[in-house]
Amino acid sequence: MTVILQTQKLRVEYRNRDFRQANKVALLGLDLEVRAGEVFGFLGPNGAGKTTTMNVLLGFIPPTSGSASLFGIDVRQPIARQRIGYLPELTYYYKFLTAEELLRFYAKIFGLSRSETDRRIADLLKLVELEHASKRPIKSYSKGMQQRVGIAQSLINNPDLLILDEPTSGLDPLGRMKVREIIQRLKDEGKTVFFSSHELGEVEAICDHVAIVHQGELKAMGTVAEISAGHPNLEQAFLKVVGYQNAAAS
Amino acid sequence: MNKIFALAGVVIKELYRRKDFYVLFILTALLTFAAGSANFFHDAKIVRYLKDICLLLIWVSALLVAILTAARQIPAEREARTIFPLLAKPVSRAQLIVGKFLGCWLATGLALFVFYLFFAVITGSREQIWPVGVYLEAAWMQWVMLAIVIGMVLLGSIYFAAPSSTTTIAFIVVVGILFVGSHLNTIALQQGEPVQSILAFLYFTIPHLEWYDLRDFVVYDMGMAPVGAVALATLYAAAWTGIFLLLTWLGFRRKNLTT
Ligand SMILES: Nc1ncnc2c1ncn2[C@@H]1O[C@H](COP(=O)(O)OP(=O)(O)O)[C@@H](O)[C@H]1O
Ligand SMILES: [Mg+2]
Repeated sequence: MTVILQTQKLRVEYRNRDFRQANKVALLGLDLEVRAGEVFGFLGPNGAGKTTTMNVLLGFIPPTSGSASLFGIDVRQPIARQRIGYLPELTYYYKFLTAEELLRFYAKIFGLSRSETDRRIADLLKLVELEHASKRPIKSYSKGMQQRVGIAQSLINNPDLLILDEPTSGLDPLGRMKVREIIQRLKDEGKTVFFSSHELGEVEAICDHVAIVHQGELKAMGTVAEISAGHPNLEQAFLKVVGYQNAAAS
Repeated sequence: MNKIFALAGVVIKELYRRKDFYVLFILTALLTFAAGSANFFHDAKIVRYLKDICLLLIWVSALLVAILTAARQIPAEREARTIFPLLAKPVSRAQLIVGKFLGCWLATGLALFVFYLFFAVITGSREQIWPVGVYLEAAWMQWVMLAIVIGMVLLGSIYFAAPSSTTTIAFIVVVGILFVGSHLNTIALQQGEPVQSILAFLYFTIPHLEWYDLRDFVVYDMGMAPVGAVALATLYAAAWTGIFLLLTWLGFRRKNLTT
């Protein structure tokens, strides 16, 4: 199957403003490969480098060395992002726009036609249950509603690859359920989902492939079955891989 | 191009949904109205003086709209983190900058149009004169000048995180150029070295915003400025705006947005 997300020897250093201190190395030569149709869980404890990896994939930060590509196109080219959807870890949107205006704006960025846009917006507002609020400015929304706007915007272009940064960690129960439903649906449609998480039970339930990163390095990559082989469950395998043997035993 | 217009549209929407700009609008309108409707026995000198004040108000207000709007665009996107879902879409940073520029410039143009319309209606209804061509030319030159200012402010806004610093510095630079820009070379001649060379150098390198001030043409009924000169000035402004946008892009292109 075709590789649609790839990083090669990806290294990212955050430059320290105080030049007497060393730069912070967030990723040291990460090699990742995600193939079409996979639901890929990107696991690692806090500070492992998950968000950094996604930030490179989305072009927010340039890699110090190494490369990253989406659909075989270098991430430095905006067109690499034509077929992806992205849901940030913390979602914020233009407060002075309504949900409908926001989606319309993003649809224009993707170059969608008028009729296509109308149809998608209607579908998505229904999906995230925001139809009743679609004509109100986003600043009047509750936190959970704002997050659901985030989910809707990540799907506006009917993406082939969805990149989610800890999608369920900040969500309310309805948002969580929606995210899980959406991942399942995309999977059924043969699309690819790449998401970071540290909620292993959830990952085990919805992912088919996982990678485990720790301190900027890839520690394991494979199917859920391969990684958890020899352990009672994925969580125990994870703890072993990141070096918490004692915790795993208790 | 559609992407750029979409980005500009958001800038304009934000502007007219923010309450603070209405305050500026209404204040300018009220003062213009008060000055314009004062009746001083049709003393030509006083009438001219009042027109001068009205136009000065328009200049200050339009400058404020331009600088305040432009200074906060990119910092606000970064602060509110809206830049992440946006740049995760197939839009380049160059398009973002041009879209922001266009939005600010169109919004400023809209404000200028309203101000000049107001001015024209008030003076027209009192003096029964309608020098539409002169007004259009004066407004156009002012608008073109503001394009340079917006470009300059966008450049500043990627280096100063706080919009207030960008705003203050831009205001000082612009007002400085407007007041002394044209005199720098004369001042230079009265100075010793090395001040003389520095001032002369400045004179030839700063964008001459003061060339775009056609207020006297309006106040003294001087008729229209030569169209050729206006066209040249427009080209000069386009070049400066282009330089500022290019510098903004060079600074922003590879910027790590997460810090
Ligand atoms: N902007 C930044 N400047 C300096 N260091 C950073 C920055 N962002 C992240 N880091 C550091 O890089 C490492 C990886 O962070 P991150 O990618 O956010 O981890 P994760 O998302 O897996 O929790 C951490 O040690 C973090 O402190
Ligand atoms: Mg993270």
